[in-house]
Amino acid sequence: MTKGIQLPALKSAPSAPAAIPPAAPAPAGGSAATFDVRQLNVWFGSHQVLRGVSLEIRPKAVTAIIGPSGCGKSTFLRVLNRMHDLVPGARVEGRITLFGEDLYARDVDATLVRRRVGMVFQKSNPFPTMSVAENVTVGLRLNGMREKGLIQERMERSLRMAALWEEVKDRLNANALSLSGGQQQRLCIARALAIEPEVLLMDEPASALDPLATAKIEELILQLKQDYTIVIVTHNMQQAARISGQTAFFYLGELVEFDQTIRIFTHPRQKQTEDYVTGRFG
Amino acid sequence: MNAAAVSGKTGSRAGLALAAPGKAGDRVFRLLTWLMAMVVLVLLALVGWTLCKGSALSLSKFGWHFFVHSNWDPVNGDYGAFWFIYCTFVSSCLALLIALPLSLGTAVYLTELAPGWVRQPAMSMIEMLAAIPSVVLGVWGIFVLVPWLREGPYPLLVKHFGFLPVLRGPTTGFCILSAAIIIAIMILPIITSIAREVFRAVPDSQREAAFALGATRWEVTRLAVLRYSVRGLFGAAMLGLGRALGETMAVTMVIGNSDKISTFLLAPGNTLASKMAAEYGETPLGLHLSALFELGLMLLLVTVATNILARLLIGAMGARQPTGTGAP
Amino acid sequence: MNHWYHRWRKLKSSGVSGLCLLCALAVMTPLALVFFHLLKAGASSLDLAFLTQLPTPPAEPGGGMANAIVGSATLLGLAGLVGIPVGVLGGIYLSEFGARRRNWAVRFAADILNGTPSIVWGIVVYALVVGYSAYAAGLALGFMMIPLIIRATEEMMALVPNSYREAAFALGIPHWRIVLNIVLKTAGKGIITGILLAAARVTGETAPLLFTAFGNDLWNRNLSQPIEALPLKIFNYALSPYDDRHRQAWAGALVLIIFVLALNIGVRVMTRGRAPRLAR
Repeated sequence: MTKGIQLPALKSAPSAPAAIPPAAPAPAGGSAATFDVRQLNVWFGSHQVLRGVSLEIRPKAVTAIIGPSGCGKSTFLRVLNRMHDLVPGARVEGRITLFGEDLYARDVDATLVRRRVGMVFQKSNPFPTMSVAENVTVGLRLNGMREKGLIQERMERSLRMAALWEEVKDRLNANALSLSGGQQQRLCIARALAIEPEVLLMDEPASALDPLATAKIEELILQLKQDYTIVIVTHNMQQAARISGQTAFFYLGELVEFDQTIRIFTHPRQKQTEDYVTGRFG
Repeated sequence: MNAAAVSGKTGSRAGLALAAPGKAGDRVFRLLTWLMAMVVLVLLALVGWTLCKGSALSLSKFGWHFFVHSNWDPVNGDYGAFWFIYCTFVSSCLALLIALPLSLGTAVYLTELAPGWVRQPAMSMIEMLAAIPSVVLGVWGIFVLVPWLREGPYPLLVKHFGFLPVLRGPTTGFCILSAAIIIAIMILPIITSIAREVFRAVPDSQREAAFALGATRWEVTRLAVLRYSVRGLFGAAMLGLGRALGETMAVTMVIGNSDKISTFLLAPGNTLASKMAAEYGETPLGLHLSALFELGLMLLLVTVATNILARLLIGAMGARQPTGTGAP
Repeated sequence: MNHWYHRWRKLKSSGVSGLCLLCALAVMTPLALVFFHLLKAGASSLDLAFLTQLPTPPAEPGGGMANAIVGSATLLGLAGLVGIPVGVLGGIYLSEFGARRRNWAVRFAADILNGTPSIVWGIVVYALVVGYSAYAAGLALGFMMIPLIIRATEEMMALVPNSYREAAFALGIPHWRIVLNIVLKTAGKGIITGILLAAARVTGETAPLLFTAFGNDLWNRNLSQPIEALPLKIFNYALSPYDDRHRQAWAGALVLIIFVLALNIGVRVMTRGRAPRLAR
């Protein structure tokens, strides 16, 4: 996957250990979108995976992406943090902006984008050679942060935000793989939060977990949405109904319907949506 | 737990004081690793070029003559490699003839017949054989194998088969046949290893089908496994041959170091590799050195050719190569 | 008749099975014999004197191979200086960067180099570097290590699951840091075993030393002078006409094989069978 990576040209880097320019303050529950996606098309080689997708992601809210397997939901999610740059043969077209800035402009550094837009994956993947503490802080340390005190503080903060602190505070130096599956996933969330992104993308974060762990993750998401924009891909409709404010239904690479969650699940406008949420397929 | 209270954020982001990534790091690193990878290509070119350049003098002086003529005379400046080519060819082929059946039988035993708990330890033991340095085997060859051969098997061989022109005695034991035997010992592990991989690549469903037809164990192996593996086994043999051709130290120590032409297997000789090794201590110059390089060039070409052939045969099977660690 | 034929088939099968077992035993016999004789002839000579003394003049009995042992260690160090950086970094390139076609060429070249007889390496370095010296020998051995280590490193790096790379990219970590601090670190143990196996292989080599190290009966204090090494000394002594030298050759061979096998077995135990493939 990492072969032949052509990371795009740099935005000329600011000289001092640069502060990432702060985002325009998002008005509480306001209308300024976090992501504004217009006419997104994605190809892998000659195979088109997403077609003419347009939607807006609201800040400090949870947006769910649902749809049957292969409908392009994960592909869509990965557009938002430029993960497709790493896939040779992937082509992304359309206008995607993050807080008003064009995400795919020529001079934008994808690495910087990914510091603002974090991602949590389906299968938890804490780094196996590192301890719990090292895993949480890896994003900070490998991106140049030196002050031990600050690192320590961020680590504790992230672990608390991920509702993991109490469980691991006595074994911060234990290997990350010694945690349970649910704990590992929350560790990955803490790891993503440590670099203080503005957005958190979650690709079926609880699908590999048992119901108890899943419930914890959902509770966590509801807490986090107060400070972060969250976009979550899920194949579990009840989950989408429980935690999201807006839901997008994808089918065969197209955005079929995008509306408030309540509407999608009670009065969907499209027949396909209705078929899906009532379980007729998928 | 209230995330907002804990995070201390009030809306807009404070600066994160993280280093801007900069593409310099990526570029430098990529360039550095690329350079190191290119070293391999450079090294190959270097080996080829050095040998060609070194043998240029000898090639131009002797031309074809070098391959059909047999002599090694630094005093008079006359060199011909025919005897060495002959000995290399004979010793390697004999070695293959000895080793191939043994290796195949062993591989069959290890994959099809042995009880489960025996398989891995036995294979590990065989791989240990591959790790024995050539010079150590040579020491054993000089002081144990050759004396034993000279006292026991060789006289028997001469007595019973001496009517064959190749098996006339007497012999000191340091001869082409001894070299073949010791080369055979050295190539057993690699052939066994590859043959085993080739056999393992045969899907169990093939074996099951044969069993279901009521075949005996041997018939299953013959029908389902061997027939499927012929190409890969050729490849194993080729790899063994390639390794045999390049064997130097153990061969040098038991082959008797003689440049005299003979048709007897029990006569001493010199392979390309052992002749080169025998030049140790001399400081060859000029034409002498060039002839030496030409020997090296021949050796390189012939081992590369067999290796490529082997790779094509095995690659076609998709079988893996073993953790061979022997020192030639 | 069917009954008899069936009996015959079964007999044939048992017969072949027996043959195969014999083959397996035959293959393992040389190993056992070599060990047996090494221990028998060499163990008694393996004393402190042998390990710490210098060789005596040819006809005089006694003395040891101390300088050869130290020489081998020196050469291994020199070889490692050349072989490890090039091999590891090159392996990183093959695994993490690079275009398919270029990578294939490098791998192909590495495989060919791995199959090159070691005596050829010896004369190539003899042509490139003037004079007999530790540097020349170290270079020859280092050259031999490069293709071994590059393949092992590539294999071990490629085994690291992509999910770790993805996770690291998603954190906005620069690519080169990901490769060094995360992927390399994860593959680290495997790469080290690859290096150790290459070291074991190269320590046992004699042929490349014939034209580069040349041999030396004294301590080598100057790396641009000829140097002694264990395999070389063993070779010399085995071919000499003196019984005492023969005795020492056995002892030296025992030391060498203990070192080589200890590394090999140690590596196998450490990785539990998941050791990298070095070469055929």
